[in-house]
Amino acid sequence: MTRTRDPRVLRVIDAQTISEAIENMAVEACCKLSPDTLDALRAARDTERSPTGKEVLDALLENAAIAEREMAPICQDTGVAVVFVEIGDEVRVGGGSLVDAVNEGVRRGYTRGNLRKSIVGDPFGRVNTGDNTPAVLHVEVAEGDKLKIDFLAKGGGCENASFLGMLKPADGKQGTIEFVVGGVMNNAANSCPPVIVGVGIGGTMEKAALIAKRSLLRPLGQPNPDPNIAQLESVLLDGINGSGIGPAGFGGTTTALAVHVETHPCHIASLPVAVNLECHAHRHRQITL
Amino acid sequence: MPATAKPIVLKPPLSDATVEQLSVGDRVLITGTIYGARDAAHKRLVELIEAGEPLPFPLEGAIVYYVGPCPGRPGRPTLSAGPTTASRMDRYAPVLMKHGLKAMIGKGARSESVVKAIQQYKAVYFGAVGGAGALLADRVRRCEPIAFHELGPEAVYLIEVKDFPAFVANDSRGNDLYRMAVQRYKRG
Repeated sequence: MTRTRDPRVLRVIDAQTISEAIENMAVEACCKLSPDTLDALRAARDTERSPTGKEVLDALLENAAIAEREMAPICQDTGVAVVFVEIGDEVRVGGGSLVDAVNEGVRRGYTRGNLRKSIVGDPFGRVNTGDNTPAVLHVEVAEGDKLKIDFLAKGGGCENASFLGMLKPADGKQGTIEFVVGGVMNNAANSCPPVIVGVGIGGTMEKAALIAKRSLLRPLGQPNPDPNIAQLESVLLDGINGSGIGPAGFGGTTTALAVHVETHPCHIASLPVAVNLECHAHRHRQITL
Repeated sequence: MPATAKPIVLKPPLSDATVEQLSVGDRVLITGTIYGARDAAHKRLVELIEAGEPLPFPLEGAIVYYVGPCPGRPGRPTLSAGPTTASRMDRYAPVLMKHGLKAMIGKGARSESVVKAIQQYKAVYFGAVGGAGALLADRVRRCEPIAFHELGPEAVYLIEVKDFPAFVANDSRGNDLYRMAVQRYKRG
């Protein structure tokens, strides 16, 4: 990458700018279904074989239209705010910390958008924090002077249905396919199908989970650039759609809209496989500052 | 389960006779007062029953909706109010049915013990379309917390609905839509 800036002079991005971006992305993502998701639902409407399944897909398209018209949340579970930040090494945040800026944006967005506040302060005390903070924030450093933010409003139902296994290297591709398809079949009915299936293979336990979640940010149905992985994605999608679960779990041929697989190098002893399920209300936005 | 079948109109409170007429796959439209309650509210309701204390709403013939609604704005009591996953309430549901609860609305399959309890107490479980929160909120005329306000979205809500659409997922004869429908479209 060509450096355009004297690396001794950092670009300052104001914390307020970051908060505003997060605020707007939260409201937009929760009320306006993204074009890639709408296209995938329309395509599924044309191929679905179950009459009830078609009826459910029609209801989801009507739901998206009502949500956009009324600026109403597509789904009442407006999720935990999952925020991926890629910060350039020539950037510094001014006027506050990055973490505070992100949480301030979540606080404002969830209030202004009449979004549901779904976060409890600790897992056992379970007292609602009242403003949907804190966000789950993942930060990575990149080269350059930009700051890229991905916002994902992640619903609880589909997150609960996600799973991870530390497979054996001998399980190989076939064992991985059986693990993913079998697990999705057991869990998809509770995840608001048709689902989007994010799969992370390799790395360590937490790396597999992280790349599984990150894969959900890819434009829906865009295959992995590696043709072998792209082929694995289509085998998994076909297997999952043969499960019969269908839209809303009422039976049908569309259980998943897409499968995204990401891989990472791993230890000689390991084959971690993480599956992060995402509901059809796939609420995501991206901005580069 | 023809998609064109005329939906059955239901008005709570529901009687045994009404519930017994319902079969898996039937489409229903609910009009009247139902009660929104989810995880934390269920825990509290069962604690009240166990302590012999009065409940914040009459359970006899009641429909409980597993929902944590979004806030509203003038003219729209809630902006989004779709079903949450029912299986998280499985450990509480039989106790409520024993004390008169007739119907539950949620999404996803129930445990075997809940399916049995539905049969035993002549109740019904309706599956609503998960993620269709804005569309379902369009059928809500009133939505206000009536107990456990401090729980926020997990409070007990009084919800007045008009033509609220759902499918019979578990009927009083032990049938299960989620298991039956899947078999029909399963490949291989």
